[in-house]
Formats: sequence, C-alpha cells, structure tokens
Amino acid sequence: MSGHSTYEPKTGVERWLDTRLPIIRLGWDSVVDYPTPKNLNYWWTFGGILAVCLMIQIVTGVVLAMHYVPHIDHAFASVERIMRDVNYGWLVRYMHANGASMFFIAVYIHMFRGLYYGSYKAPREVLWILGCIIYLLMMATAFMGYVLPWGQMSFHGAVVITNLFGALPIVGEAITTWLWGGFAVDNATLNRFFSLHFLLPYMIAGVVGLHIWALHVPGNNNPTGVNVKSKADTVPFHPYYTVKDGFAIVLFLILFASFLFYNPNALGHADNYIPANPLVTPSHIVPEWYFLPFYAILRAVPDKLGGVILMFGAIAVLFVLPWLDTSKVRSMRYRPTGKLYFLIFVLACLVLGYCGGQLPDNHVIPGLSTFTLIDADLNSMVWLSRLATLYYFGYFLVILPILGLTETPLPQPESISTPVLSHPASTPAGATAAPEKKG
Amino acid sequence: MLRKGIALAALGLALVGGPALAAGEAAPPKHVDFSFKGPFGKFDQAQLQRGYKVYREVCAACHSMELLSFRNLGQKGGPFYDPDYSNPNDNPYVKTIAAEYQINDIDSETGDVIQRPGTSADSFPSPFPNEAAARASNGGALPPDLSVMAKARHHGADYIYSLMSGYREPPAGLQVAAGQYYNPYMAGDTTPFWTGEGHAPPGGFIAMPPQLAADKVTFDDGTPSTIDQQAKDVAAFLTWASEPKMEERKAFGFGAMIYLIIFAGLLYASYRRIWRNVAH
Repeated sequence: MSGHSTYEPKTGVERWLDTRLPIIRLGWDSVVDYPTPKNLNYWWTFGGILAVCLMIQIVTGVVLAMHYVPHIDHAFASVERIMRDVNYGWLVRYMHANGASMFFIAVYIHMFRGLYYGSYKAPREVLWILGCIIYLLMMATAFMGYVLPWGQMSFHGAVVITNLFGALPIVGEAITTWLWGGFAVDNATLNRFFSLHFLLPYMIAGVVGLHIWALHVPGNNNPTGVNVKSKADTVPFHPYYTVKDGFAIVLFLILFASFLFYNPNALGHADNYIPANPLVTPSHIVPEWYFLPFYAILRAVPDKLGGVILMFGAIAVLFVLPWLDTSKVRSMRYRPTGKLYFLIFVLACLVLGYCGGQLPDNHVIPGLSTFTLIDADLNSMVWLSRLATLYYFGYFLVILPILGLTETPLPQPESISTPVLSHPASTPAGATAAPEKKG
Repeated sequence: MLRKGIALAALGLALVGGPALAAGEAAPPKHVDFSFKGPFGKFDQAQLQRGYKVYREVCAACHSMELLSFRNLGQKGGPFYDPDYSNPNDNPYVKTIAAEYQINDIDSETGDVIQRPGTSADSFPSPFPNEAAARASNGGALPPDLSVMAKARHHGADYIYSLMSGYREPPAGLQVAAGQYYNPYMAGDTTPFWTGEGHAPPGGFIAMPPQLAADKVTFDDGTPSTIDQQAKDVAAFLTWASEPKMEERKAFGFGAMIYLIIFAGLLYASYRRIWRNVAH
C-alpha cells in the first residue's frame, strides 16, 4: 500500500484493469510482495487469527440474524429454535457464541504482544490507536450480542451496564433513558441492540482496513524492535507468512473446535439459559469473562461515578500510551527492568480478571480474617482488585514514563540480520532467501 | 531481576489460586458416569425412555417443557428414535404418545374453542394455563420450565440427579419454613435459619417436596425402580431435552478435529520446507 510497487500485470485483462482500478496491484502489494521482517515469532500470527475470527463472526452472525427474533417474548425461544430446528443451527450458534470468546483471547494476546515489543511507538502510533478503536468497538459489539438471547445474564447485565451511564452528573439519567428507548431495559432496548450489533461488525471491518493500511506504511515491527535496514532483513509476505500464519490459524481453530464441539457452554454462564425475568435478580451478576478485569476495576472504587471513570480510563489510557512510554527502545528484550514490570502488568490483568468473577467480599486467602481497612477486610477481593488497579494505572502513568528515562537498556543489534538467529538456515551461508516456488 | 519476577509471580498465583469459600454454599453435586459424558458419549436410549416416563408421570404434573414437541421424541438420538421412520412425525410411538394428550385449539370451521387429540407436530402441553395458575397451585412458587434445565444449572445432569435424590431430613437446629424443604444441593444460604452448633449446613430451601419414591414409576424394561435410578434417568432425559443435538455435535467434532489436525500437520511441513533456506 506504500512504497514502490513490484506488481507487473501479465495479461491483457490485468493491464486493462490496472489502468482503471489497480485493485489487483493493491492485493499484490499488500499480501504477496509485502516485505515482512523475517524474524517474526508466533506472537505475530494473531493478526491473521483475528482476521479469521472477524470473518467467522460476521458469516455466522448473518446466518443467525436470518432466524433470530428480536422481541422480548420470542428472543429466548428463537435462539433455542435455531439450536433445535434449523439445519446445523447448533453449529452456527455455538460457533458465534464461542467465536466471541476466541476473538477476545486472540485480541488480548495481540495487544500484550504489542505492549511487550513496543509496537505502539513511533512511527506506529496511528496503527496502535486504530487497534484501540477496534477493541472498543469489539467490546460494544460483544456486550450487545450477549444481550440478544434475552436470558437472565443478558437482561441483568444490560441493566447494570446501561445504568453505569446514570452515574454521570446532570445528563446521566437522560442518557440512560435515551439508551434504553424507554424507562427500563425492555423491548425497545433489545431491538436497538440487535440493530447496532448487526452494524458494528462492519464498522470493525472498516477500521481493520485502516489498521492494515496503517501497518503497511511503516511495515511490521519485529521482536528486536530494530528497524528494517535492508532487503536482507525481510521476506515477501507470501509464501513465508501466509504459510506460517496459516499454520497458527489452524492450531487456533483446533482450540476453538475443542470448545465448540466438546464444551460449548463452558465459557458462558448457566444463568443465561434461564429466560430473562426483570423481577428475579440473579444472586451474582457477572459479565462475560473478557470483561471481568474492567468489572473488577469498576467495583474497586467505592464511588459509582469514580468507578465508571476509572473503568473507561483503563481503556482511554491505551490511546495515549505512545506518548506515555518515554523509552526509545521498542522491544522489552533489551529492557530487562521493563520486562519485569511488564510481567507484573500481565499478572495484574489476570488478577483483575479473577477478582471480577468473585464477590467483592470473598476472602483471597480462605478462612483468614485480618482487619477492616476503610470499608472492607484487607484479605478481600475488593482490596486485591484495588491493588491490581493501582498497578494497572501505575504501569502506564508512572512506570513507563519514568522507566524510559532512568533504565539502562541492553545493547540492541545493528539490524535484524546481525543478532544470533534462533533458527539458522539449514543450507550453507550465502544462499539467498529465494521464495519457494508454488507446487 | 528475573528471578525476583518469578518469585513475585509465584506469590501472586498463590494468592489468587485458593478456592473462594463463601458462606452458605450448596454441596457439590455427586458425579455420575452418565453414558453421554466425554467426547464420544452417547445417550442410552433405554435410559431416555425411562427418563421420559419419570418426566411424564411425575414432573409433568407441574413443570412445562414448552420448547419440546412430540416429534422431538422420535428424532435421531431421541428416546423413541426408530431408523425405519426417518421422519419422526411418522413414528408410531410418537403418534401414539401425542394422541394421548388433548390439545386446546380453535375449530377452523366454526371458530369455537375445542380440544383435539395431539399430533407429532404439537409441542408438549403445559400443565397450567398461565403463571398465576401455576403459582396458585404450588403455594406461590413457580415450577420452572424444564426445556433447557440441564444447561441452566451448573453441572447439569449431575446437579439434577443430586437434587432429585438428595432430599434429607433437615439437621437439628435448622428451621424450615412451612411449604419449604431442605436440600443440600439447592442453591441458597441456610445461615439465617441455623441455630445449631458450628457451620450452617450446605444447601438451601426448595418449594418442591421430594418427588421420587421407590416404585413410583414402573419401568417397562424391568429396571428396578429406585429413587436413585429414577433420578439418574430423569437427569439423562432432561440433558437430552436441553441438548438434543449433542450426539450429532460430538460426531461432527470428531471429524472436524481429524481434519484440522491433518491440515495443521500439512501446513507445518510446508512451513518447514518454505523456510528452510531462511535464517530467522
């Protein structure tokens, strides 16, 4: 999409089309000849995996929408009817439900990879921000999709999340009423959520196009974080990365299939197979697992508005990350101290996810009561959440800005090709990297 | 530095790894080796037939199963599936079962409210005309619909089996309100009703009295009709009703897994071959 194009139209039809709409040239430059650093590891395959996830969700979603009835009296039964009476409906519906979880597993790995290898740093800030927008859209889409089966968790989850906006001063109540399309989560809410749940994936697809565009201008980052210096540092995307990504995608699909076929409800909540009843509140309302860290941040703050601000702040901080990290070194490979803080950050995110699924007053260490600090026992999930929340924000707002100025990074290699390679070529040195011919 | 990190990580895991012990939890359900468990599990058709009989003679007096139709009983994998009748609507068992019910309908000629014998296409009739009637007949409690019950509770079949066979006399010191029954597998919290020594007993209160009794249902295949057997069979039937496509799903998954594993192997071999001349 940028730089010199190597595409040469071979047939008359291609030449004719190339002078009118160079769409084959676009495809060629983007996925065939695109020069890609040759040292990308398997953490880099998650971009391709995510593209597959998005396609699976859109295709299965369109089929589900053909059979689903967006009405509070029929939604629950219509989902079950899809599973019972539509040919392979069980497959399509379980694919879509588990596909959402797989999408989030992949996106979290993709984001942690970007954080570790400094893929958000110049000149990839826009690429990173577009990724954050995709993530935000994914969260909105997943939340509204979870409401559609109109089970107990759907309904009460929708009540909890939409009520968060009510915490905003002055306009809060008006916004909530506007979101609901009435004075409670009801049929109007379900209808608009269905409409938006259908729309947002196409917006995601559009931003993904921009994301790939913004990727192809500076080119891929790589595990060393060192810029590509010469052609010797790269290989053409095809066949080298189509085959590597393809292998990783199929491995990921095996994980997907093991849930889909053998444990399709493991990632959901049993209560969502109880039809929604506004008069009966589930004893323990929890969001889907991929929102649990944010749910923990929300509940870590005793004040509702403060919790809402912190929860959205946890995502907002990602947008400005490129300007918070002061280190000139991209990859954590050469930042031993940074690496340690990063590992604790990952741990803090996992701890937040764990706390989000627990009741706030549950003990962290069973059976041990310590002393009450402010409003809760010190040995409680709420205090563990607070600790992890503090680290989450501390990592972005304190550690990364200061560490970049104080730490001594390890020496970085001159170029991608100079460091000791983990997989030397099996043929003698000097053999040039010629792409394998097809067949 | 890294060692310190690992130590910290280990400490963190130790902190979060412990199980949460909240007050007033239900007893963990008993494990049953149901035939349908595991990646190759299949329903035992004789068990489904017995389970259907328990449902019909015991549960159906109060519980609806609105999402099921009589034809479902004869579909592939169902209790009365017969390979000679690939269209379950033609299955004579299914037709006979359906015809034993009277279904409310409207006479298409006169518009009068009538009752007619059921057909394979009819859904299971509900025991009560509406929620208010159901509550009025059950001391204010609403017997839940059982169509997806095995999916709507953690541990599905094990939970249903444990609940149905797990009623016991409340321990001394536990106050049970009128119209309520103690069951150690029911979700809830007995702490406020506990005056005895030590920890309150596990479980909660349920408005449904114990339903199963020895020989309450006569099994046509001669299986001894114990409470335990009835509970197992009805749990199996309700699991089938919740997931009638489970056998199809697992069989499909087996094929898909083999395909994906072979495909992954081919791709890995291609990957090694394509990359063999590139140091990376």
